[in-house]
Amino acid sequence: MIDIIKQYGLAYLCWDGYHISGVAMTLWLLVLSCGMGFCLALPLAIARNARSAVIRFPVWLFTFIFRGTPLYVQLLLIYSGLYQLNFVHQHVLLNDFFRQALNCTVLSFLLNTGAYTTEIFAGAIRETSHGEVDAALAMGMSRVTMYRRIIIPSALRRALPVYSNEVILMLHATTLAFTATVPDLLKVANDAYSATYDPFDAFTLAALLYLCISFVLIFAFRRAERHFLAYLNP
Amino acid sequence: MKKVFRSVLTAMCVLGVASAPLAANAKQMHELRFGVDATYPPFESLSPSGAFQGFDIDLGKAICAELATKCVFISQSFDGIIPALQARKFDAILSSMTVTPERQKQIAFSSEMYNEPTALIVKKGSGLTPTAASLKGKTVGVEAGTIQESYAKTYWAPEGVKVVSYPGQDQVYADLLSGRLDASLQDSVEADYGFLKTPRGANFEFGGDVTYDPKHVLGSYIAIGVRKDDPELLKKINWAIAEIHKKGIYQKIEAKYFNFDVYGAPSKNSMN
Repeated sequence: MIDIIKQYGLAYLCWDGYHISGVAMTLWLLVLSCGMGFCLALPLAIARNARSAVIRFPVWLFTFIFRGTPLYVQLLLIYSGLYQLNFVHQHVLLNDFFRQALNCTVLSFLLNTGAYTTEIFAGAIRETSHGEVDAALAMGMSRVTMYRRIIIPSALRRALPVYSNEVILMLHATTLAFTATVPDLLKVANDAYSATYDPFDAFTLAALLYLCISFVLIFAFRRAERHFLAYLNP
Repeated sequence: MKKVFRSVLTAMCVLGVASAPLAANAKQMHELRFGVDATYPPFESLSPSGAFQGFDIDLGKAICAELATKCVFISQSFDGIIPALQARKFDAILSSMTVTPERQKQIAFSSEMYNEPTALIVKKGSGLTPTAASLKGKTVGVEAGTIQESYAKTYWAPEGVKVVSYPGQDQVYADLLSGRLDASLQDSVEADYGFLKTPRGANFEFGGDVTYDPKHVLGSYIAIGVRKDDPELLKKINWAIAEIHKKGIYQKIEAKYFNFDVYGAPSKNSMN
């Protein structure tokens, strides 16, 4: 274990000599995909509850497809599949975008987590109590104001415990990144393993680092829950 | 009846001793189990019916024939093949494994089985060669855990070549085809028979063999790996390798697969 830490410690944490790697890359993937997934999910969650089926249906289809297929398959389709298409090659912007493995990986991760987050938020919006909506209407709020001031803040608070779960599952899903050649924490562990032929130490170190990240995430979400859901305390 | 039985038994003992002079004073082996990563045609792969086939497999069978034991091949992925050997899942590694100092810390190696250089594959007409100067700013794909990955990271990455590691050699070729990679680095014979001579490789060619290696990252030759606590088996395998060379069996098997001398390091020119 000491030898691995001495030789690969820096690579496990942040830098393998030429790229960002290890924990830093895993966290970067997590922040990018969850951040953009969140921004994608919020409007989609509202559209998911729209009265008009024309708006509702495409969002339903999106979440159905991305929740109904394995993330690994989505990653392969976006990383290997899309880049084989002719029009992607010919279009300069698309070509530049899909040539980079990191872009493809983040795109598939954010679409996947976006789909799950959409359903989480949409559920929370649906569960908003009638009293709050009635009160908002009685105050003479417009629909936009009502969503902005009442429904969305309240729905996000109530979705927090479920959303924290989704973020931790996403952390575990980042281990797929190496199949698209992004050097995340698991790739460094694999390198250390194939150099030392010591699977136990190499992967134990990776597991400990994942545990540390999970612990920090759980701690942060617990603090956030205590702050935002204080009104639920007995 | 008893008499007949005894004489048959005696005859068998005598024959056994005569046919395996080296094994005479050691205990007789029942079978020799080889661990194989059967994804490297033409060296080792699975036939459509699921049988092991290839140059290594034929050599392994010849070695078993010399030692007069049964041959058993066991599938094992390459990155876990050394731990599996240590765990006694099989007795020896027969899987195009190059001898490197790092691997020699873990296991013992037989004498040379064959030798193939590391070569660069590039798009036809790109004019890239396996030097840091030629590849500067280009993207080169390698399989993770191979000596080629070590090579590219040791000599090329510091000079501004983008080195990308893949979980498997198939994915390297896939991205070479899609255009994400400008070149790929791997064993030359595997590249030739596994990619360039297939329809997929029609638009690609050899960029040349790697010759510059002052730090000996690429190791020496390809050999059979054996546990260090099993010197008896190593002695037998070395003896069998020498025998199949002496008897011309090696040359016969070689001719079946290659049109060049795979025992001495082949040069790019002899591979057309």
